[in-house]
Parts: sequence; C-alpha cells; structure tokens
Amino acid sequence: MIYFDKVSKTYSATSIALDGVSLAIEPKEFVSIVGRSGAGKTTLLKLLLAEEKPSSGEVYFESFNVHNATPNEVIQIRRRIGCVFQDFRLLPSKTAFENIAFAMEAAGAADADIAVDVPQALELVGLADKAWHFPNELSGGEKQRVAIARAIVNRPDVVLADEPTGNLDPISMREIMGLLKSINELGTTVILATHNHDIVNALEKRVVTIESGKVVRDDKKGRYMIK
Amino acid sequence: MATGVTIQRIIRGGFMSFWRNGWVSLTATLVMTLAVFVIGSLLFSNVLLTSALSQIEGQVDISVYFRTDAAEQDILAANAAIAQLPQVRSIAYVSRDDALAKFRARHAGNALITQSLDELADNPLQASLNIRAESPEQYEVIARFLESSVYQAIIDKVNYFQNQVVIERLSKVLSAGRAVGLGITIALAAIAVLVVLNTIRLAIYVARDEISVMKVVGASSAYVRGPFVVSGALYGIFAAFITTVLFYPLTFWFGPQAAKFFGGLNLFHYYLAHFFQIFLILLSCGILLGTLSSVIAIRRYLKV
Repeated sequence: MIYFDKVSKTYSATSIALDGVSLAIEPKEFVSIVGRSGAGKTTLLKLLLAEEKPSSGEVYFESFNVHNATPNEVIQIRRRIGCVFQDFRLLPSKTAFENIAFAMEAAGAADADIAVDVPQALELVGLADKAWHFPNELSGGEKQRVAIARAIVNRPDVVLADEPTGNLDPISMREIMGLLKSINELGTTVILATHNHDIVNALEKRVVTIESGKVVRDDKKGRYMIK
Repeated sequence: MATGVTIQRIIRGGFMSFWRNGWVSLTATLVMTLAVFVIGSLLFSNVLLTSALSQIEGQVDISVYFRTDAAEQDILAANAAIAQLPQVRSIAYVSRDDALAKFRARHAGNALITQSLDELADNPLQASLNIRAESPEQYEVIARFLESSVYQAIIDKVNYFQNQVVIERLSKVLSAGRAVGLGITIALAAIAVLVVLNTIRLAIYVARDEISVMKVVGASSAYVRGPFVVSGALYGIFAAFITTVLFYPLTFWFGPQAAKFFGGLNLFHYYLAHFFQIFLILLSCGILLGTLSSVIAIRRYLKV
C-alpha cells in the first residue's frame, strides 16, 4: 500500500535526514517507527504527505508516485491519510466541532453528512460534551483526541501519528494509544512515529527502527531496543 | 461538490475568521482605513485642484476691440468667423450700446462721469468680442488668426498681446500644477497600497501554521485561500464605511475654508452631491486592495 524505495533526504551536506530507506507497509498494518529525536521519523511521514520532496528515491501511495503526482492528486492522497501531530495542530479560531468539520468540508462532504459524522467522531473520542469548546479551552489530552477525531472523520485508509503522546500525561497517553489501536482494529492502517519505548513495547506490533536516517531493524512483533 | 456550497463555506469561513481574530481584524481594518482615507483625500484634493485651476483658467480671456467706425455687420461677421475656430470655447459680443449701458451702470453713482458722458455727442466706447479658448495655450493661435484675418482693418486692438507674458506663464503654471498633483497622487497611493499589503502579509504570516494544517488535511489551495480573501474584502468594506463617515465632519469643517482660500467649490457640497459615487469609489478601492493583498500575501504559504 505504501512503499518507500531507496529514499534519501538531505537538507545540507552535514544534515542527512534519511539515507536510502526502503520500506513497505501493507493495508491494516500497525507500524511503529522508532528512533531517537532527529533519527528521521518525522521526515519519513512528511515525505508521504508530500510536505517535503525526497533528494532521491521514490515514495508510493498505492499506484501514485507521491512526488510525481499533480497538485490535485496530492490533495486526493492527503484526504485518504489522517494526521495526528505531537503539537496537535488544531485551528485555534475554530471549535472542536469546526476543526473536525473542516476536514470534511475541505473534502467536499455534504452538510447533512457533516452533521451526522462529526458528532459520531466526537463521541468516539469521548468529547461529545466539548464540541463547542475552542482548542485553548481543552487540555492536552482533549486536544489530541480532537485531532484524532479530525484524522479519522473522512474514514481514511491510513492514519499517521507523529509523536502523538509526546506532550501528554500518562493517563492521556494510554487513552490516545487505546484510540489508535481501536482505529487499527477497525481496519485502518496506522503508522506511529515515536521515541517512547514503553508504548511501543506494550503494542506488540511491527516495529521499524531508524538510526541516523537508516532502517536498522524491522521486526514483525518487535520491541524498541534501547542501546 | 456543488460550487455553491463551497462558496457559501468560504464566505462563512471568511466572516468567522474576521470576527474571531478580532484584534488582527481591527488592526488590519484601521490600517486599511488609513489607506482608503489617503485615497479619498487624494480624490478631494484633485477635485479642489481641478476646480481651482479651471477657475483660474476661466479668468483668462482675450478681448478684441473694434474701431468705433466699424459697421456692426462686419463685427458680427468677424464674430461668426472666430466662433468657427476649434480652439474657441465661447465668444461674447458686446456692442457699443451695451458697452455704454454697462459703463453707465458701473458708474451710476458717479455724477461727474454720467454728466461727462451726457455732454459727449457720440458714444466713445468700442464694440468688443470677449473670447475664451479651450485652454490657455490656444490664445496665441486665436490672436494670430485675428492678426492675419480680413477683419484686421476694423480691429483696433487685441489685448492678448498686452497680456501675452502673463497668459503664457499661467499656462505653464497650470500644467505644472496638474503634473505635480498627479505625481503626488501616484506616490501617496503607492505608499498606501504598500502599507496595506504589508499589514495583510503580517496577518497571514500569523496564520501560516493554520494554512499548512489546512493543506495537510486535504484542502485545496483555493479552499484555503478563499476565507482569507473574504476577510481581506471585509477589511476594505469596513474601511470604506469608516472613511466615508469620517469625511462628513471633515469636509463640513474644511470645505468652507478651502472654498475661501481656493475660490469656488465647497468640498462639503461636493461630498453631499457625490456621496454615493465617493462611497462606491472608496468601497471598490478597499475591496480591491484587501482581496489583492490577501491573494499576494498568502501565495507563498500555499506551497505545502
């Protein structure tokens, strides 16, 4: 479904983010990409979203070569990928409901569908009672749950989660991981980038370890080994 | 998706972000008001300048005095021939009798003059033609025509040649006045546009992270840009309203003073008479400035 073919990303001669990474991700997989900060995890996700271009190599989303895609195809690809970030990246001047609705509106959903799906997504993440709160009125965990609701409301094929628990307390962390597991169980591919070994080891799913821009381990039921 | 729904969402999004980002909107609107005010002031200054210049132009004319023994039909023939010239805007014939009547009226209170006139056997005043040209530099052409025409025999004098230096100088001053006015207008309008552009750039710079999120969530560039353009138009609309209202007390106070100083037009009367045209001009400038600035400012952030 997703295929990274010998992908390298160099920002400057001394800053090599990815170095010849090849990686295939199958539908419905839950893949944790682990490594220290700066290992290249986020770059890998940005390449898939076409937020950045690779210096060499190719990234495929199904049959699309992401970086040869037309702007319109990039939009279509992004609508099939839901994103969750460490810093939540909610729109500050929109309420929880509107943040989630925005993803549907942008994708051209009908008002009637938005009126049904957004409350459902809020219900799923346990925030039905905070629909009309603005992001600055929500806790970190709540913001991340809104972000997850936004990521899944268009029923994407893939959810990318970049350090989704990085800014959260242990309880919120467990809640967020529980949500990601449920999303995966419902049939959505989940790609989780993190440097938190506890949550990776608790998952018992595939683990890809990246060090200095290279894939050094890829275990089907892996653990995050700390050197 | 139906385009109508998209447009509706974009407009709603623009209004919402205008309202919710209150401080940014207030600042942008105030700066825009300043710019629209400058444009409005330029409009009024131009009206004032044009009116003052044409007033001065209107004061310039040349008079052709005919010999007292010239036959009236010859003078009328000259009148008709001069009126044919394309450079002539208007021509007025003052017969000897009219001239006398005017002279008497002007000096009605002066017994000495009235008595002196009564004692004269004949009317001492000459018939004349007062000629106004389309523009001051054309007086020379008219004067040359008179000099070389068949009517020269009955012409006693043409006062252009006495006033030639003054008219030429005035003509130069008037065209310089127009050029300077145009130059100042263009320079100030350009400054106003740049200030607005930079303010809106700043407002959009503040929202650059939001823009990248919108793009990553799968919004098209047009869908992201739309609400910012609507907000930009709203800054312009509010600025036009504020400026139009501000001009009421300002022209009320400044109009009579300017009329006294420059002569002629009272800006307050002009403002009232052209209220809707002025408002429409300011509104168009505001909307155009706001939307164009937004489109230009957001461009670089859409390349995600």
